[in-house]
Amino acid sequence: MKIRSQVSMVFHLDKCIGCHTCSIACKNIWTDREGAEYMWWNNVETKPGVGFPTQWEDQEKYHGGWELEDKPKNPQLKLKLQNRLQTFANLFSNPAMPTMDDYYEPWTYKYGDLFNSPLGDDQPTARPVSRVDGKPIDIKSGPNWDDDLSGSNIYAVNDPLLESMSDDDKRRLFSIEQLFYFYMPRICNHCLNAGCVAACPSGAIYKRAEDGVVLINQDKCRGWRMCVSACPYKKTYYNWATGKSEKCILCYPRLETGQAPACFHSCVGRIRYLGVLLYDADQIPDAVRVPDEQLVQRQREMILDPNDPSVIAAAKESGIPDGVIAAAQRSPVYQYVKEWELALPLHPEYRTLPMLFYVPPLLPVLNSTQENGAQRVEAELFSSLEKARVPVRYMSRMLSAGNDEVVLKSYRKMIGVRIYKRAETVGDVTAEEAADALAQANMTAEEAEAIYRLTSLPTYQERFVIPPYSREGDIEEIYDPQQRKAESGFGKSQGAHRGL
Amino acid sequence: MLNVLLFVVFPYVALAIGIVGTIYRYLTNQYSFTSLSSQLLESDWQFWGSTLWHYGILPTTVIHLAGFTVPKIMAALHSTPEMLYLAEVAGKILGIMALVGVGILLYRRLASSKVRTVTSPVDWIVLVLLFGQVLFGLILAFGYRWGAAWFLHTATPWMASLATFQPAPQYVTALPLAHKVHFLTGFLLFALMPFSRLVHIVTFPTSYAWRRLQLVIWTRRKAAQ
Repeated sequence: MKIRSQVSMVFHLDKCIGCHTCSIACKNIWTDREGAEYMWWNNVETKPGVGFPTQWEDQEKYHGGWELEDKPKNPQLKLKLQNRLQTFANLFSNPAMPTMDDYYEPWTYKYGDLFNSPLGDDQPTARPVSRVDGKPIDIKSGPNWDDDLSGSNIYAVNDPLLESMSDDDKRRLFSIEQLFYFYMPRICNHCLNAGCVAACPSGAIYKRAEDGVVLINQDKCRGWRMCVSACPYKKTYYNWATGKSEKCILCYPRLETGQAPACFHSCVGRIRYLGVLLYDADQIPDAVRVPDEQLVQRQREMILDPNDPSVIAAAKESGIPDGVIAAAQRSPVYQYVKEWELALPLHPEYRTLPMLFYVPPLLPVLNSTQENGAQRVEAELFSSLEKARVPVRYMSRMLSAGNDEVVLKSYRKMIGVRIYKRAETVGDVTAEEAADALAQANMTAEEAEAIYRLTSLPTYQERFVIPPYSREGDIEEIYDPQQRKAESGFGKSQGAHRGL
Repeated sequence: MLNVLLFVVFPYVALAIGIVGTIYRYLTNQYSFTSLSSQLLESDWQFWGSTLWHYGILPTTVIHLAGFTVPKIMAALHSTPEMLYLAEVAGKILGIMALVGVGILLYRRLASSKVRTVTSPVDWIVLVLLFGQVLFGLILAFGYRWGAAWFLHTATPWMASLATFQPAPQYVTALPLAHKVHFLTGFLLFALMPFSRLVHIVTFPTSYAWRRLQLVIWTRRKAAQ
């Protein structure tokens, strides 16, 4: 058993209000630079919707992620983009490179014109100009261009996930009284079997073993852009100004100093949880080669119980510090993902083993079969989840590689918690009904209470259990701090400029 | 005297600048080693331009280098008229591919204002020089046929004399002007390497052929080694 630790994440979609504060916090810190204007290391999408970049989930178009060989015996995993030989053949022109039109062309406004225009009969205007070449542009799309536009015949209708839905579900999605939507905040998933790492010809992308953060070594990156294509989530971006690829770094300078990443810290809805997961790295090759419907279950099996003495012993053997193990024992992510099995990985069928998990949204709870307003919504929904307003099919296509049962299990628990708490606080549900709901969801009252507490009342310290980093100690072993001190401050400091 | 300057001093200076400069840049500023791709900004022309260019110029360069380093093998390869004919045709096709490719690359830089934004003065110089170099190469190929044969008796001994530090410019000084321009531009481009995006040549990712696909790096284990 080779145990590694991963700083892992849970986003509770029921709590996301779509305010984009996370995106702005990230943008202000990391991507407010020339060449990075179009990048959103953190973005929030309206689902159903096309997402960012446009239709990123359509891998027939973007060729991201992995594919299992189509043969019955011992199928191997291949990058959907290309094999090693093709990597060399395609080195000079990336075959599946999204262009700026797939994202959007960044722009600003000529605000100066408002002040400097000569006196005239017309009101001066600030025309939009491209932030690439400075020329006036007609804005055709931008960040969150289809925000809240679920049900739109121009945008949402192009959601790649809709093709798996029945015609009836699709019709409902586009009728005004029945349409639904929810928000989908996305950052890099810091995958265990990352497509970007595998595709990089230069070997510049790597996973930090201490915390599992996937980083691009800017000195080693040669700008071949294969990571941009191979990442199925389109979370590596090419900086057109510096000629290097960039991605979410999970705010590692903040993590190392005990602070939550900026998008987590600033989250208004407090939907984000961060904590350590211990997993068995030896299981990765097998876990990514199971049939689609087993992917979620197999990924959960890789994640180990940090309270199990044998796991603790093996973790110590693998060089994981005591502080990290202690953090793993308090990890809210472990509870959501493994203990309660509420949170699910985004598109596990890409087989990258993403380590960001989503609790599926329950709202809106209105049942599509409801005929008069007198029904008790939750009890009704519980018995006919398949007819929920958010089609289970849509969620399973997104969060469990098409396995409806995995999503239903998660939903049953969440509804169970609601009925249980409703019996307690409102009282219009009897104790028997509540007990029945818990039994159907296969959980105890203690578990329901714990889910309720971590979902609704968590403190900052409960949401973000950041392991103690000892980077200074680690660095000291490879670089004498006295020498570093003596050397820094001399010579020319090199900015991130294009070319020479 | 001019011949010594052009065909002895200049090549040595150019080689020295190219090699020392590239190593110095790699050691001090590895960040600047990138292909500086502009495919994100313009993809359609980039595919045709870059693909034709690289597939044309890479074999051509390798064949040139082979002519310098293993002339006997190269001579044996075209010892029959059929093989010589094949070499002649292949060389011309590769050259035309490269010329069309670099022409497209020049065109797209001129035509797309976005790509122009990310083009530095050195980029223009290099691109125009490369276009000229391939053009002159093709002028030689079409104007002075059977280059595969005469190459080995003019350029090769000259390069060999430079490599053995017994410079013998007389092998090339009597050649027509087009040859001389082609030789000198070649060395000029080599000298420009450390000052331009041409450094991306030395970063060809050979190790991808055998490296592990997933890279996991421990700070501490690295220290222990």
